[in-house]
Amino acid sequence: MSEEDGDHHSSEATSTNSLSGSHPPDQVLETVLESVLQFLTCRRDRNAASLVCRSWHRAEAFTRSELFIGNCYSVSPARAFARFSKVRSIYIKGRPRFADFNLMPHNWGAHFRPWVSAMARAYPWLEKVYLKRISLTNDDLALLADSFHQFKELELVFCEGFGTRGLSKVAYNCRQLRVLDLSDTEVTDDNVDWISCFPEDETCLESLVFDCMENDINFDALERLVARSPLLKKLRLNRYASMRQLYQLLLRAPQLTHLGTGSFGLIENIQNLDDNQECNYYYSAFAACTSLVCLSGFKDVMPVYLPSIHPVCANLTSLNFSYTNINPQQFRSVIVHCHKLQTLWILDSVCDEGLQAASETCKDLRELRVFPVDADEDIEGPVSEVGLQAISEGCRKLQSILYFCQRMTNEAVIAMSRNCPDLLVFRLCIMGRRQPDSVTGKPMDEGFGAIVKNCQKLTRLAVSGLLTDKAFWYIGQYGKLVRTLSVAFAGDSDMGLRYVLEGCPRLQKLEIRDSPFGDAALHAGAHRYYNMRFLWMSSCRVSRQGCEEIARSMPRLVVELVRYDGEEGSFMEGDSNSFTVLYAYRSLEPPRNDAPESVTIL
Amino acid sequence: MEGDSGDGEACPQLELRLGPPGGGGGGGVGGREDLWALKNAACSSKNRHDNPPLVLSFGYFPTPNQYSPGYPSTISPSQHQRVPNSFKESQRSEMQLTDPKGETFSETTAPPTSSQKRTAPAPVVGWPPIRSFRKNISNTSTNQAKQPHPHTALESQNKRNLENEKPLTVKSSAKEKSLFVKINMDGVPIGRKVDLRTFDSYEKLSSAVDQLFRGLLAAQKDSSAGGIQSKEVEEKPITGLLDGREEYTLVYEDYEGDRMLVGDLPWQMFISTVKRLRVLKSSEVSDLTSKLPYKTVLIPCKTIL
Repeated sequence: MSEEDGDHHSSEATSTNSLSGSHPPDQVLETVLESVLQFLTCRRDRNAASLVCRSWHRAEAFTRSELFIGNCYSVSPARAFARFSKVRSIYIKGRPRFADFNLMPHNWGAHFRPWVSAMARAYPWLEKVYLKRISLTNDDLALLADSFHQFKELELVFCEGFGTRGLSKVAYNCRQLRVLDLSDTEVTDDNVDWISCFPEDETCLESLVFDCMENDINFDALERLVARSPLLKKLRLNRYASMRQLYQLLLRAPQLTHLGTGSFGLIENIQNLDDNQECNYYYSAFAACTSLVCLSGFKDVMPVYLPSIHPVCANLTSLNFSYTNINPQQFRSVIVHCHKLQTLWILDSVCDEGLQAASETCKDLRELRVFPVDADEDIEGPVSEVGLQAISEGCRKLQSILYFCQRMTNEAVIAMSRNCPDLLVFRLCIMGRRQPDSVTGKPMDEGFGAIVKNCQKLTRLAVSGLLTDKAFWYIGQYGKLVRTLSVAFAGDSDMGLRYVLEGCPRLQKLEIRDSPFGDAALHAGAHRYYNMRFLWMSSCRVSRQGCEEIARSMPRLVVELVRYDGEEGSFMEGDSNSFTVLYAYRSLEPPRNDAPESVTIL
Repeated sequence: MEGDSGDGEACPQLELRLGPPGGGGGGGVGGREDLWALKNAACSSKNRHDNPPLVLSFGYFPTPNQYSPGYPSTISPSQHQRVPNSFKESQRSEMQLTDPKGETFSETTAPPTSSQKRTAPAPVVGWPPIRSFRKNISNTSTNQAKQPHPHTALESQNKRNLENEKPLTVKSSAKEKSLFVKINMDGVPIGRKVDLRTFDSYEKLSSAVDQLFRGLLAAQKDSSAGGIQSKEVEEKPITGLLDGREEYTLVYEDYEGDRMLVGDLPWQMFISTVKRLRVLKSSEVSDLTSKLPYKTVLIPCKTIL
């Protein structure tokens, strides 16, 4: 089942219903259909409805208000907007995920410009734009701000290419703005005070997130903005916000539900208070925030201030300490209060001990992410199979885990597969490449095999460590619902990839790097690629010729070969038959013409 | 420096580098892998074009437990049909893939090792998969002197040192690292930061301040909204910061919050006490006794409303 809105198969949806065919469409029935379909929100349900017959297809297209474009190159703006005429919010994804790790050139593509230009004409009433891994410029933001007079929400995740000048245009022109969220997005400093550009009257702002921004903002203007934004619920400051500034903002906005605390460590010499007295002030400020459920930030934490968040811990459902290098004791003193926690992001500096503490308290935990302080391959890591085992025993409702470690055992992974059968996302990154079970020396096949066998709802899997083709056989055999699979430095032969491509009926996104899969495996999966969003293979065994054969036999598959030296950050010249990345995706359009030099489209 | 003059084989600038045997797959091509690799260190890209990277041919050494797939795939058609036997043989755990449908995978295991201390493979692009903004997390251990973080070098240490009368431990380690202080200018809403370690005299600092703020000041005087810089407003150089005769004067604040004119102390002593810089209008510099540097102070919560 395609999840794309620009559905490849929809044009072939023939209608056998007597409503169409030689009779004129029944207007009454269509009107009824429309009024029913407008309640359908899930896009997969809508895709299904659109395949029933032409009449349904039309009615569905007329009533779809949220448009999801999973790959910005799979369909052109013109085609998408011609089909859906009443869109109010649009969600576009651009670059493939592995591009975040320096495996693609920065100018690879995924530009917002063609989309925003077309949207400006097609949807003047547009309210919401959500972009992920898209490049956009200040001019694009200016066009957005000028074109959509009811614009309400802008969310940018992993985006780049613009600066504070573009932000100032959005702040200034979008008078109904409710949400301005920048997550993990690069914003250049154009020396523009965008915070001061918000309207002077009361604003409708509900969410202001800029914790990723690497430049200072005008704090006084921010404080005034918060004071005149009574609806503000989410505020995430960047790491230059000091304790004093945070304190002042908390006094202004005790109604916040989501708070990013900024540095939580930068201090300024105010009065001659000792740590305890100062902490008391912060403590009482937090105590006034009775609605706070999500806490993040702590980007430069002074652990001595941590006790001041205790009043809110009991209500917290989400805690992000992933920039917070604290030791197990410091972590424990916080986590023991967080009984309602569902989402926890931490650094491995908390060690297995810290994970143990979390497992004892956070019985409702759904999502855990453990990031490494030192992303190095050959050090003794602070977290291991012990922490994973503890979490699996304490947090039985776990649904999603991302775990970076230096050592792991099959036993712990198997234990997790048994203790946490509700897992939807299992991403284990053993940082040493091809590292076996640290106790038995065996490959990690059995561990991952148990995960796909026992966690039957699993939709996303990332594997690591020493893996033979057997692991892939397990995945192909048991991974019935797996949609996203990430593979690195794994497998023995083409059979590994074949098992996955011949199994895994729901596979949508397959990203593989540095694994010995070649042309034979690539061809074996040809029958799948039209039903997938993309295939990424970098530094594998596929040859240019193999790729050319695939491209020839599948005209609706765009096959891109990228020659990029991530180390040097440059286009690799040399043998034009060589490439580092194969990125293939289905598309309704002819191949794009905005690719840089380092990309060859077959 | 011209590269090879006519000989295509041995470019004199080729740099042969050694690495541990079978040392890991280089994910990116070129670069600093510690493998048997030929790198055109000094050859220009033009030469690279003429000499296809010989690195390709090293990709297929069947090394135990390793292969080097990090190279661009250039297998000739005849080779890619069969998986090279070396992969099957050289795995640590052998597999007989006789019947994919049945469980006939046989395994042998390596002797259990408690720590994986074989030679670490060379770093690879994009591995481990951590995005750049998650790297370089600062150390905040309370047991040791903090790393002098650019924006907190003095700000977060000063309290401890004031209160506990410990020596300014950040000083010694800060000698090699940068020393950022904030600098604000009257009439310009956004402050900047300067790394005082990059200067060695007041003159250099003064000219840097001029560079920093000249454009911003001109933009402020521009009458259009939104801080859009206009080229019509002339950018005047900011001079005379140190002598008080021109329009602006440079002052600094030390860790006690006192404001003083810049220029009185020897440079080294100055940068060890300066906490913050300000560029004030000279007319307002007359009275420089200590005054509260901040407009607001901490007040107990219950006194509000």
